Amino acid sequence: MARPHSVRHQRGFTFIALMCFFLLYLPMATMVVFAFNAGSTVGQLDGFSLRWFRTALANDQIIEALLRSLTIAPIAAFFATVAATMAALATTRTAPYRGMALKVAFINQPLMVPEIVTAVALLVVFSRVKVWTGYTGLGYIIAAHTAFCIPFAFLPIRARLETMDLSLETAAADLYARPWSVFRRITLPLLWPGILAGFMLAFVVSLDDVVITEFIKSAGQETLPTYMLGQLRRNVTPEMNAISTLFLAVSVIVVSLFFLLSRKKT
Amino acid sequence: MFSALPAIEVRDVVKSFGDARALDGVSVRIKENEFFTLLGPSGCGKTTLLRLIAGFDYPTSGEICLHGKDIAGMPPFARPVNTVFQNYALFPHMTVAQNIGFGLEMQGKPRSEIAARVDQMLALVRMETLRSRRTSQLSGGQQQRVALARALAPQPRVLLLDEPLSALDYKLRKEMQGELKRLQTETGITFIFVTHDQEEALTMSDRIAVMSGGRILQVGNPRDIYDNPQERFVADFIGEVNFLAGQVIGIDGRTARVRLAAGGEVVAGLPEGATPVGRATVIVRPEHAELRGPTEQADLRGRLEQVVYFGTDTHLHVRLADQSEFVLRQQNSPRGTADLQPGAEVAIAFKPGAARVLKD
Repeated sequence: MARPHSVRHQRGFTFIALMCFFLLYLPMATMVVFAFNAGSTVGQLDGFSLRWFRTALANDQIIEALLRSLTIAPIAAFFATVAATMAALATTRTAPYRGMALKVAFINQPLMVPEIVTAVALLVVFSRVKVWTGYTGLGYIIAAHTAFCIPFAFLPIRARLETMDLSLETAAADLYARPWSVFRRITLPLLWPGILAGFMLAFVVSLDDVVITEFIKSAGQETLPTYMLGQLRRNVTPEMNAISTLFLAVSVIVVSLFFLLSRKKT
Repeated sequence: MFSALPAIEVRDVVKSFGDARALDGVSVRIKENEFFTLLGPSGCGKTTLLRLIAGFDYPTSGEICLHGKDIAGMPPFARPVNTVFQNYALFPHMTVAQNIGFGLEMQGKPRSEIAARVDQMLALVRMETLRSRRTSQLSGGQQQRVALARALAPQPRVLLLDEPLSALDYKLRKEMQGELKRLQTETGITFIFVTHDQEEALTMSDRIAVMSGGRILQVGNPRDIYDNPQERFVADFIGEVNFLAGQVIGIDGRTARVRLAAGGEVVAGLPEGATPVGRATVIVRPEHAELRGPTEQADLRGRLEQVVYFGTDTHLHVRLADQSEFVLRQQNSPRGTADLQPGAEVAIAFKPGAARVLKD
């Protein structure tokens, strides 16, 4: 019997799809299972236990790194989102002009330049600045995270703006709203889901960063990912499984919350 | 109170976009309390003119005065002029009542006044029961009403309407035409209405400006525009018309005697301020001509080529001596016109005043 053509009926399609799901979720499932393992070896299941979660949460170094990550990520995500919102407005709320595509490419630079290159470049500059100013605080990491988070915040905000009818803002101006009122009463409320998505994305990307942070952090400035990397270099402990599982749980909750919130908005 | 001054006066306005001239020297005076229509095909500059009056764009040169005060350089939020947009542009995150109250709120009116005015507007457009709805839950006709109420609520001096009925289906459009006319009469606000639909323009307007190529070709009341078009474009764009080539052979006051290329001579009215000599074009509307028997006194003679039945009327296509075609429209009656057969020799008589000379 002839069936209407559909990619679903392509030979091998199901197999490829299953492979993708396997590679994505099997490792994660394994990790989660081992996080609840009572034994201390990675590779042999010895019954259910919350032991590694307790150990991880009692580890001062982990808590310190986690708190540092949770300091950097919201600040960097906030500044990145503000910058991205302004950039998105500037590239959508006008008639297209010459050089606009170039501007967008400049904003998206961190997506295209290999991260390791940026990391080396920042290391070179920041080590100089450290010598000149004597400042060795978290500012460097926050500045770097802000810069590379901008395109991640920019993409959803711009996507949202492109679907928004420019005549709404014209109509508001026609109804006696000054530019700031137009922004506050029309643009911002309608753009809010995009801004929230941009912030979330920037937050997660900052929280997760290893390469740039590893290069530019000063002594004793471990974030959670760089701490984990440092630990893994010595030996793999089930403690890492527990932290990663917590990490996973938090991101699933954050993303689901955001999804529910944005659906309610529209 | 402003009766001496026009509501809107546009003087020598030019608007260029790069090399293209969207408006090429437009001047027009729109009276207080008038339903004024800008009519023309797409790209004629009617929407550009409306946007200049609203303040969404600024003229390259020229003046736009509101009750005698030049507003051409004023931002839109400073002009006592409101717009009904083609796509309505209702704020999707606000209720019907919030949409209607937005302009008053931005003007800093007290809450109680806003509430009272919103109620009044909801009653005016007959939407009282839908005040707390989101605009996305409304039908096209209802959205149209909210857009009107929102633009009327701040009591603007002038209301601009940019093809507001084009998104509605035929029946609703007819209904809204009556509604708009009623609102204009009840509120006494000057309406400037943009459309490409000649029927809409003829049925609703006090006066019409016909635009083409960034210019206003003719301004007049609907009868005037329809019966006395001055230029070929105006005659052609509004309704159907027969063009007859001819030669002016004498002038008597406001009429000219014209010898037609298709044979015969007619007396035709002259356009304002023009006394053509030599070649001229005479126009006659299809319903302003009558069919006569071949032996009767007539203005034109020819051979009937086609009879097309249209329900309310019948169109008769007649081939004239110079091979041009002349179309007549005959109102149908229950007895019908069964005796008309293609190929018959016929004569055509013009009703008094039907023939007009164009400015060429």
